[in-house]
Amino acid sequence: MKSGPILSLENVVSVYGGGRSWLGRAQPEVRAVDGVTFDVQEGEALALVGESGCGKTTLAKTVLGLLRERSGNIRLDGKLVSGLTPQQARLARMTIQYVHQDPGAALDPWWTIGHTLDETLRIHAVSDRAERARRIEEMLSAVGLDSSFLRRYPHELSGGQQRRIGLARILILHPRIVILDEPTSGLDLSVQATVLGLFDELRHQFGLTYIFVSHDLSVVRRMCDRVAIMYLGRVVELGPTEPIFRAPVHSYTRALLSASPSLTPGQLDGMPSLRDDPPSPSAVPSGCGFRTRCALADRVCSAHRPALEAVVDDAANGHMAACHHWQDGLFSSADGSLAMHGVGAQ
Amino acid sequence: MTASAPALLDVRNLSVAVDTDEGVASILDGVNFQLAPGSIHGVVGESGCGKSTLIKAILGLLPARSRATEGSVALNGKPLFGLEQASTAHSVRGRQIGFIPQDPFLALNPVFRVGDQLLEAMWWHGAGSDDTNREKPRAQRRRAYSERIVELLRAVQLPDPELALARYPHQFSGGQRQRLLIAAALACAPQVVLADEPTTALDVTTQLQILKLLRQLTRERGVSMMFVTHDFGVVAQLCDTVTVMYAGQTVETGPVATVMEQPSHPYTRMLLACHPERSVELKGIPGAVPSPLRPPAGCRFNPRCPEVIPDCESGRPKLLPASAGRHVACFRCHAEAVP
Repeated sequence: MKSGPILSLENVVSVYGGGRSWLGRAQPEVRAVDGVTFDVQEGEALALVGESGCGKTTLAKTVLGLLRERSGNIRLDGKLVSGLTPQQARLARMTIQYVHQDPGAALDPWWTIGHTLDETLRIHAVSDRAERARRIEEMLSAVGLDSSFLRRYPHELSGGQQRRIGLARILILHPRIVILDEPTSGLDLSVQATVLGLFDELRHQFGLTYIFVSHDLSVVRRMCDRVAIMYLGRVVELGPTEPIFRAPVHSYTRALLSASPSLTPGQLDGMPSLRDDPPSPSAVPSGCGFRTRCALADRVCSAHRPALEAVVDDAANGHMAACHHWQDGLFSSADGSLAMHGVGAQ
Repeated sequence: MTASAPALLDVRNLSVAVDTDEGVASILDGVNFQLAPGSIHGVVGESGCGKSTLIKAILGLLPARSRATEGSVALNGKPLFGLEQASTAHSVRGRQIGFIPQDPFLALNPVFRVGDQLLEAMWWHGAGSDDTNREKPRAQRRRAYSERIVELLRAVQLPDPELALARYPHQFSGGQRQRLLIAAALACAPQVVLADEPTTALDVTTQLQILKLLRQLTRERGVSMMFVTHDFGVVAQLCDTVTVMYAGQTVETGPVATVMEQPSHPYTRMLLACHPERSVELKGIPGAVPSPLRPPAGCRFNPRCPEVIPDCESGRPKLLPASAGRHVACFRCHAEAVP
């Protein structure tokens, strides 16, 4: 916390659709990321958590520069890097790199691993062949593979090995911020543990900052320092991992955390479940986006959109929530009964 | 494996092999498990351990080049293999055994109305053993079955069940489609439902809704369920008993609380220790799952097991009773139990 944040987002909005089709019909606009503000400190791991359609991948791609933000500011090391054309944005954000959700699909099946890694360096203007070979070798051993993999093709690798290559391929460019998009989805438990261990090790070895996009809460709790919970394009709760997992404040966070099945048997009946499905991102409710499924919602919630504000008890930790009634929520969780509609109770 | 009640679904020593271009692959090797009436039994393991093949073998849906090489599957004491006459098998599978597939986005035909797709199962199999509508004229039968579908859709808590019949699959969300498939599995009033990772494609809050629904419906309707998954958390919350599989072999089976809290087979112990909730230092199990073309001799976990003894390569370990109502297939555990 000595220096400023490495990455800072201020009211970032990303929109899909809009404009007119070639027949002149107006296209509906989807605000996939709707006013997101947070800072990322150097060396920390920040998790973006939410269900499918909540905008976490869109936000990651906006930060990377693959999608152009509609409005808002993105600062990297205090320097403004938003409002640029896509090419300029990518150049300005060269120290941010992205690991794809499915690295197997992201590797060219006709190219050997060596060729793929070499191309990365050639694109980034490392012209000395010996220098390229040295860096590739060095990075392969850092991710726990040997040089025999250079001659292999992607289909010859297991899921865990593909993740390692996906990681090696971007670490070779010496990034400072790495965006990991669902880095363990589709991996078996034992492979997942190995890959997570590797992420942890590399983070400390290279002093990396992680933005960890995931829906797996047990992984997030284990890996990340801070968590941002997203719902319908907005951050509804933000703060250090342990306080959020121990005492979540927003109703959605509480529902999400308690829906994650733990290894201790026999808790199903006590797990409060949300009613209905999330609303479509093209028809977000007025005011608080979560009010249609929230037991605490009232007229204020439909009239005013809650801002992300410090949670008073936990302000020193940087624990923030966007809810008009977070204090009511605290009271009902204190007596052990969650004020939420269970499916069975309908 | 409970001694008190006879098993409803009894899988004994089941082995399945597939002929491939590179030789015979042994997908299942002596799998044993028993499903007690009214209970939910989880089958858990990593990808490639044969969970889905086990379901296909029970349903008689093994792909063309694979076959059951030994063992038996019995429902209510009546063997399902051996009665290979199409009519007998047909009277059991689909009618007495329902199936919930993994992917709610692939399992429904996009060009037919949902109501017609649900009707089709009952059209072939009837709506249970006390179904009096089968002899009725077409129009009456259709009306009766449509009413039953609406009742089922209400039971799976789908909004607007009457209107849902005329809709197409793309008009439903993932969670709603999974509810439709659960209704389809229950349509013929089966005794047993086989579920193949039915919540894997869903978000956690939707998963929780579906798990609660499955538990409520199986209890209300007295249906037993075999629930295949790779997620230990889901097993812990939903299931009464569990079987852990590795590379086509049963390694451990027993009450969920016992297996999850005090796993005794080395594989179960090491796998549970990989879970982020329990893992101390985030290390996987060394080595990789063996290829079914060239499985190691004896216990298939022996190349990765830290506690091997010479017996481990000698033959497939039997699934023998161990402490706290569980059964374990491990020579070392057997040796320690009988000093």
